[in-house]
Amino acid sequence: MSIWRKALTTAALASVLMATTAAAENVKIALVVKALGIGFFEAAAKGAEEAAAELGDVEIIYTGPTSTTAEGQIEVINALIAQGVDAIAISANDPDAVAPALKKAMDRGITVISWDSGVAAEGRQMHLNPSSSALIGNTIIKLAADHMPEGGDVAILSATSTSTNQNIWIEEATKVLPNYPGINLVATVYGDDLADKSYREAQGLMSTYPNLKAIIAPTTVGILAASQAVTDAGKIGQINVTGLGLPSEMAGAVDSGATISFAIWNPIDLGYAATMIAYNLNKGTAKAEPGASIPMGRIGAATLDDNNEAAMSDPFTYDKSNIEQFKSIF
Amino acid sequence: MTLLKNREVLLALAILLLVILVAARFPAFVQPGNLVNVFNDTSPLILLAIGQMIVILTKCIDLSVAANLALCGMVAALMNGAGVPLPVILLLVVALGGVLGAVNGLLVWKLGIPSIVVTLGTMTIYRGIIFLMTNGAWVNAHQMTDAFKALPRTLIAGLPVMSWVAIVAIALFTVLLTRTPLGRAFYAVGGNPHAAVYTGINVGRTQFVAFVIAGALAGLTGYLWVARYAVAYVDIADGFELSVVAACVIGGVAIAGGAGSVAGAVLGALFLGVINNALPVVGISPFWQLAISGSAIVVAVAFNSSLNRKTGRIILKPVETK
Repeated sequence: MSIWRKALTTAALASVLMATTAAAENVKIALVVKALGIGFFEAAAKGAEEAAAELGDVEIIYTGPTSTTAEGQIEVINALIAQGVDAIAISANDPDAVAPALKKAMDRGITVISWDSGVAAEGRQMHLNPSSSALIGNTIIKLAADHMPEGGDVAILSATSTSTNQNIWIEEATKVLPNYPGINLVATVYGDDLADKSYREAQGLMSTYPNLKAIIAPTTVGILAASQAVTDAGKIGQINVTGLGLPSEMAGAVDSGATISFAIWNPIDLGYAATMIAYNLNKGTAKAEPGASIPMGRIGAATLDDNNEAAMSDPFTYDKSNIEQFKSIF
Repeated sequence: MTLLKNREVLLALAILLLVILVAARFPAFVQPGNLVNVFNDTSPLILLAIGQMIVILTKCIDLSVAANLALCGMVAALMNGAGVPLPVILLLVVALGGVLGAVNGLLVWKLGIPSIVVTLGTMTIYRGIIFLMTNGAWVNAHQMTDAFKALPRTLIAGLPVMSWVAIVAIALFTVLLTRTPLGRAFYAVGGNPHAAVYTGINVGRTQFVAFVIAGALAGLTGYLWVARYAVAYVDIADGFELSVVAACVIGGVAIAGGAGSVAGAVLGALFLGVINNALPVVGISPFWQLAISGSAIVVAVAFNSSLNRKTGRIILKPVETK
């Protein structure tokens, strides 16, 4: 036992020493995720490594708790402070619980940003949203419109009638409808994020609106159930199901043709952008203040709003050409 | 007149009226193809309602059926992923469902815990087990073999296999409940447990058998559900147990046990099935749908219980005038 502990301590000490000497001049950016072993975050880490390779003088520390708890993240943050990292980019399990620990990090001069899932304003310098409600609203309509050159009827299959996210996206989508002439939104129905109810609602849409050309489901359960309903009704090619989904879940539907394309934020881009922003803030090439524009490498620049929040880009579109690559990632 | 006093006949008429009302607003609803769809869509509810009815007959209730369905469905999907042949999967999920039901049954029988408490607990445990098995991951359409997904959809004489399973279950359990000693024992145990003991019926064992039957049906439905919607995850059929109990209650199954029939439970399930399938097509605002389907349940049950109520004992007979 004691021999083991000694050996381990020595090994740990040695590796820390080696790491510090090797990375003396490198910017150490810690990518803290909700929990290790989640495909979405593994993909984000891949993007962070890509950014690091591009920047050259960056060392990525990909870490996080083993389960999605705020306590676990606080421990990780404290360890990172002790380790003396230069920047922390976190996707938080709780916006408030991790704020004090992150504040402590900022007091020590560490650059702190949040991405994906935000932290309360006092616990970070800026927050990077994967996309904005307006961009998502526009994308889901565009996905349907792109495959309907002569226009036609579309319907929205949402989650519950009270889901905040979906309602905002649908509201934004109806706002941009006039930009897509010929696209006629005939109904909005709610599948409550239950596979069976969503399936039934999709069936209902198909029989109520015989000329329906597309079903837009901005929810992962809904899009899957709707594409199954369209497949079962033998209406592949006649009705296109689109919206927001995960590649791993949608691979079957894209294969069968029930879904031509769908969107979701690209986790690789997200990890890449977060790393770029953390690097630029740390180097002082950009400042986190309302109205500021922070460069994000190949993705462009993030413009901060009054709450120091920014949206990365349009949701990323997945179709037959890239689904194989992403379905094993998340 | 006596025919109208029959609960099942009345319920069937109510369903017919409902269908006519829907057809008035949306004629395509009564096309044979659509009615087949509605029946097929209601098949899982019918299967579970039959199992639940038998449990309720014995003065118990099984709230874990939907969780049992989800667990068996997930196991079926995982076995399919592991390359287990379909017939074996079918046998195993029915057996697994039976075992999960037996857990409920044993706790009720041997420890005498009220069934509502036992199944409330196992409901959460079964969902928890799915979490443990999968870490919350989904099994998706492209991870299932085509044969696995195709079986419930295969048409035999114009009806999908899923509907045929429901029809076979209806026939089988009608015979079981009306023509076998075990069937009579279910009624006896619920109707008057003390009298049942005196006639030599083991009350606990009968309740145990009821739970095993309900569990096995839930297991089978689990496969059908997962194959039909081509997805398996922790929350499938979330809250479905309440629809199942509602179907039984609408179908005139006495919640206190001892009264009910397979036909009643099936009609109750069909009543809900018609509402579920009609609401999306008649163009009622989704914000009203929950309230409407809830009211339909209350009205149906109120109607049932008013039929059921024993009128006060007549002490003084009115003088018969001739």
